[in-house]
Amino acid sequence: MSSRLQGLFEQLPQLLGGHLSLAVPAIVVGVLLSVPLGILCVKSAAVRGPVMLVISLVQTVPSIALLAIMVAILGGTIGYRPAFVALLIYSILPIVRNTIVGLEGVDPAMREAARAVGMRPLQQLLKVELPLAFPVILAGIRTATVWVVGIATLSTPVGAPSLGNYIFSGLQLRDWQRVLFGCVATMLLSLILDQLIALIERSLQRRRFVVVWVATAVLGGLLAVGLAPQLVPATAAGFTEVGQQAAVAEGAAAEQQPTLAGQTIRIGAKGFTEQLILTDLLAGRIQAAGGTARPLGNMGSTIVFDALAKNTIDVYVDYTGTLWSTVLKEPGPIGQAAMRVAVAGRLFDQYGIVLLGPLGFENTYALVVRQEQAKRFGLRTITDLTSQAGQLRIGGDPEFFGRPEWQRVRDLYGLHGIEQVGMDSTFMYQAVADGQVDLAAGFSTDGRIDAFNLAVLDDPLAAFPPYDAVILLSPAAAANQALVASLEPLVNRISVAAMRVANRSVDEDGRTPAEAAAALAAAVGIGENPGDGASR
Amino acid sequence: MAVPAIELEQVRKEYAPGTPPAVRDVSFSVSQGEVLALVGGSGSGKTTTLKMINRLIEPTAGTIRVMGEDVTAIDPVMLRRSIGYAFQGVGLFPHLTVGDNVAITPRLLRWPEEKTRARVDDLLALIDLPADSFRDRLPAELSGGQRQRVGFARALAAEPRAILMDEPFGALDPITRDAVQTEFRAVQQKLGLSVVVVTHDMTEAVLLADRIAVMHEGDLRQLGTPQQLLTAPADDYVAQLIETPRRHSDFIESLMRPAVVGGEGKA
Ligand SMILES: Nc1ncnc2c1ncn2[C@@H]1O[C@H](COP(=O)(O)OP(=O)(O)O)[C@@H](O)[C@H]1O
Ligand SMILES: [Mg+2]
Repeated sequence: MSSRLQGLFEQLPQLLGGHLSLAVPAIVVGVLLSVPLGILCVKSAAVRGPVMLVISLVQTVPSIALLAIMVAILGGTIGYRPAFVALLIYSILPIVRNTIVGLEGVDPAMREAARAVGMRPLQQLLKVELPLAFPVILAGIRTATVWVVGIATLSTPVGAPSLGNYIFSGLQLRDWQRVLFGCVATMLLSLILDQLIALIERSLQRRRFVVVWVATAVLGGLLAVGLAPQLVPATAAGFTEVGQQAAVAEGAAAEQQPTLAGQTIRIGAKGFTEQLILTDLLAGRIQAAGGTARPLGNMGSTIVFDALAKNTIDVYVDYTGTLWSTVLKEPGPIGQAAMRVAVAGRLFDQYGIVLLGPLGFENTYALVVRQEQAKRFGLRTITDLTSQAGQLRIGGDPEFFGRPEWQRVRDLYGLHGIEQVGMDSTFMYQAVADGQVDLAAGFSTDGRIDAFNLAVLDDPLAAFPPYDAVILLSPAAAANQALVASLEPLVNRISVAAMRVANRSVDEDGRTPAEAAAALAAAVGIGENPGDGASR
Repeated sequence: MAVPAIELEQVRKEYAPGTPPAVRDVSFSVSQGEVLALVGGSGSGKTTTLKMINRLIEPTAGTIRVMGEDVTAIDPVMLRRSIGYAFQGVGLFPHLTVGDNVAITPRLLRWPEEKTRARVDDLLALIDLPADSFRDRLPAELSGGQRQRVGFARALAAEPRAILMDEPFGALDPITRDAVQTEFRAVQQKLGLSVVVVTHDMTEAVLLADRIAVMHEGDLRQLGTPQQLLTAPADDYVAQLIETPRRHSDFIESLMRPAVVGGEGKA
């Protein structure tokens, strides 16, 4: 087995466990809620109308949006709970609907027979109607199972580990093996669960109760496996507390240096390569200080900020320009230093979030051209393009061409005559290198700028807002002296060039983010960074 | 004289106010150990009458007594458990075995499991379906006639005060039907069962019943022994109904006679 595949398998227990811990309880609780709800709908028309309306409507909300909405409804809580609630909601419709169809499909003669032999209404339901409706209800449960196992992959962006981690990180890293691995694992899981339920049904019909018990036991075992990760941290926390005290005592005896021993620090990240590397960089510092790092990668951009404000995560890296516009809702940019100060002050005032400091690089929009062309025509800044704008073609994400930043660039530098070519950001660097376009609107830290021998044009008029990478601490984490001490060495240490190299090693050379983080730490001289320490 | 097993007094049913009643002021009584057949065309009110006896349907007016007790004074569920009920299409529960189907009412009555099991075995023996090979079968694994007999056994299971049967033999082929009818009559006489049996088939009524009640459009037209109906039909409708079995038997007899003569001729 190749080492990459082995790496994927190594994460399987944790991610499969996370997946099961979401999907199986969501289905079990879904059944416990939905079957009674379905019965209620059959028995009361007044209940049925509103219930069916609500659950059918909720079902039409796109899954990824429903998960994000759950985070908002739960007051910014990320992780298990919003994912669980969203999956539970998805399990309800097929089960309620099939319960109704199943019960209504019961032959009226059977209902009459049940009455005639002297059953009370509850006995009729339990002894006759439900058993006769059982195959239809079970079909609903199977549908719900397949849905929930599939949708559970979308828990990754809200911070709950699942098999979706393979898919999301694979998409970000452009690692198709990883994406495929996640898809196949998810498909196999839903197939296995579905077939287990089908086996129980068939065996019940053929009255082979031994098989029923075995299959049920396997399902129960999967449920236990699913719930185990939920139960383990509780006991683990008990141990670490003891460990922490011991470590504190030890530390006091040795030197007065604060330590993170026994503490678990939760690190958030948005879903792109640079963020994944920075997560591992932070994790390395935390581990060096004796702490345990828990990376929660691939979260949505606003979700990760809300999670920080609610103390659901402790730390992550964001960019001043993004915070300025999306969190503080400011329309126009200001200067780099001014923005950093303004963002820091307002995040602290409004959210109690502390901006620990800049990492030292900007990840801003950057107009890139071929190096040899820059040399030949003496292109150094965007201003140098103005005179030839009418003959130039620029490649970029279609979304970029609709952004106010691009509007400003065209206004300030007089680039209205330029031809815009929309393309996926994955291909635009290649397009510049091949000469399909003359320049591209890339990102300043993208490793492919170096990989394809491109040059970044300066922006002397500051048309693009500043996007300083900054370390943000949650209100609770800001008070953690040991954490602050462990992360402070990162401030102003990472240059754009160093970040670009790190991004390139992942995007182009197939390194893992952890390896890239270790190399980055070594390159900028911030001590040990245990490369494989932070698993995702 | 012993109290009648079942007694109806001026019983009336209107499904909706203002519509003609499905059953109009019907009175009759069934003695203990007697079989009464309710005969009439489709929609004449037979099923409605039957279902009012165990309160599957509540009458609009009138009084019904079972073993002398006004049924409105009895919890309807307990009343149904004390009266056996068998109907066309049988109504066996497809997800339960033959044994579990027969045991339903005893178990609802919380009989000791030992007693229930013994009762089930006895009944299966009585209807010629040995418990050992039939108890654990599902209804789908039986023939139509066997199912019908299990339905009858189920109705008998909790030692009921009376049995109500709605077209119980309607779905059977003639040969099976004859066998099951004969068996029914034997068991009924052996156990001294009080039975009301609904049928639209006058021949069946004549074969099975001690007395026949003829219904037409909700009215009880005549009540009497088969002989009384044959000799003194109350009106044209009754005369027409009872004419059928008579004509059949006359015809069969006429077929027999030449055959017998021919036989002698050869001898
Ligand atoms: N549940 C019901 N609601 C309304 N009308 C009914 C209902 N059941 C039976 N009827 C009507 O009552 C009349 C008698 O029906 P029923 O007792 O079933 O007759 P039978 O058993 O003799 O065929 C028919 O006209 C039938 O349409
Ligand atoms: Mg009828």
